[in-house]
Amino acid sequence: MKTMRYLEVGQMDDLGRLDTPLHRLDARIKMVTVAVFIIAVMSFPRYEVSGLMPLFVFPFALIGVGKIPLGCIYKKVLPALPFALFVGLFNPLIDRDPMLTLGPLALSGGWLSFASILLRFTLTVSAALTLVACTGIHRLCAGLEQLGVPSLFAVQILFLYRYLFVIGDESIRMFRSVQIRSTGSKKLSLRVYCALIGHLLIRSIDRAQRIYRAMVSRGFDGQIRLLHRTQPGWRDAIFLLGWIAFFISVRHRNPARIVGCWLTGEGL
Amino acid sequence: MLANRRRIINTPTLEIRDLSFSYPDGNEALRDISCRIEYGESIGIIGGNGAGKSTLLQHLNGCLMPSKGNVLFDGRPVARETLAEIRRSVGMVFQDPDDQLFMPTVFDDVAFGLLHLEVSSENIAERVRTALERVSMSHLSDRPPYKLSGGEKRAVAIATVLALSPDILVLDEPTSNLDPRGRRRLIKLLRGFDQTRIIATHDLELVVEVCPRVIVLDGGRIVAEGAVTDLLNNEDLMFSHGLERPHILRHRHPH
Repeated sequence: MKTMRYLEVGQMDDLGRLDTPLHRLDARIKMVTVAVFIIAVMSFPRYEVSGLMPLFVFPFALIGVGKIPLGCIYKKVLPALPFALFVGLFNPLIDRDPMLTLGPLALSGGWLSFASILLRFTLTVSAALTLVACTGIHRLCAGLEQLGVPSLFAVQILFLYRYLFVIGDESIRMFRSVQIRSTGSKKLSLRVYCALIGHLLIRSIDRAQRIYRAMVSRGFDGQIRLLHRTQPGWRDAIFLLGWIAFFISVRHRNPARIVGCWLTGEGL
Repeated sequence: MLANRRRIINTPTLEIRDLSFSYPDGNEALRDISCRIEYGESIGIIGGNGAGKSTLLQHLNGCLMPSKGNVLFDGRPVARETLAEIRRSVGMVFQDPDDQLFMPTVFDDVAFGLLHLEVSSENIAERVRTALERVSMSHLSDRPPYKLSGGEKRAVAIATVLALSPDILVLDEPTSNLDPRGRRRLIKLLRGFDQTRIIATHDLELVVEVCPRVIVLDGGRIVAEGAVTDLLNNEDLMFSHGLERPHILRHRHPH
């Protein structure tokens, strides 16, 4: 089905089923590590730019070990970028005090914090996407449940993810039929759009209900069950502790600055 | 083994008593339906579009609850307390296999129901394998369901239900969107089961081949019930309810 391919439905699922050392790690361990990573990224002061750079090692290492195509992560980070842009958009306008001079160019604090926001966004979103790609949403939600998240929430996330594709698929089919019947004219009135969106909502609810019934018919009771439950072992412990040690050291000492100072021969 | 033993002991009948159902928007979909289906019977529920076939099927495992009347499974009414057990015994194959297949791989999808039955992991693998073999789809075990063809999807959807070894198989339009080969394979499969089969369809040729007994629905009521050749040979009856006399009966004289 072309529509499916267009949406890249299940690309993340396909990746989640790969068998690499990263995929074999316990889902909970990976989740906690990514959570610590996100906290570490967020804990940097607002004007920090160079200090964030070394943290890129983390998502890139996961992508490398997990055999995840870089393009897949990058293509999924981009659509979310506008949100980060909007968050940081006004910083350069409001905060105009010069903070940094690069030769003739004086950078204001606003630009620095704007760059920092974009960096943080890229780091956290790519880490989260990599987590999904190297675990698979099903194991991830089961892991959440094991971590003590109420199963209601874990199931919500699972369904949100499953139905996302359902809605996407329905909407592609609907807009295609509109395109065919509007015989090429590009402009559609607002009324048509309203009708389409209302229709889409109802169709998706119907579809979601049918899927839910099929699940219930096979005994679904609100619990996520897995065929292969993993137990964290020493590999998981090394993964978790190793990365946390890395995050802490990067947070306290800025390796980028150390390397810079070493190269230029300046003192710290 | 276990499934076989259970089948010998457990031969549940299904009885529908004065069942009526109205959708929340007031549309009355079923009116005073009554019938009894013995264990091992293969029964066709036929009728035009909107006759109430799917709505009736949804009542058989409690996906919908009747506004009036009862569905009795082995003498006990389908109600909140009995739902879990009834859903284990009544396997439902939905009209659109895309609704039924929601897991990342075919294997996971067939295992889904078993996981909820608390079957041990080794047993699950074995039962998934058997179910997939039964529908000749073992080779697809690791594929994601949304990449399968229509016929494969249908077969896998049936396997997801077979894995639970239900006593009653309920199929909604099983031959829709199937090519002739897929359809032929499905008919062979359906004829091979010894469980109760309840098949809602307007594929009348399928009904002639698989179901000795037929119920005709129109406007939410049972308008006729009886042996397949008697009813389907009755041209007036067929025409007046949006159906027709199937070709297969015109060229065959089963008297």
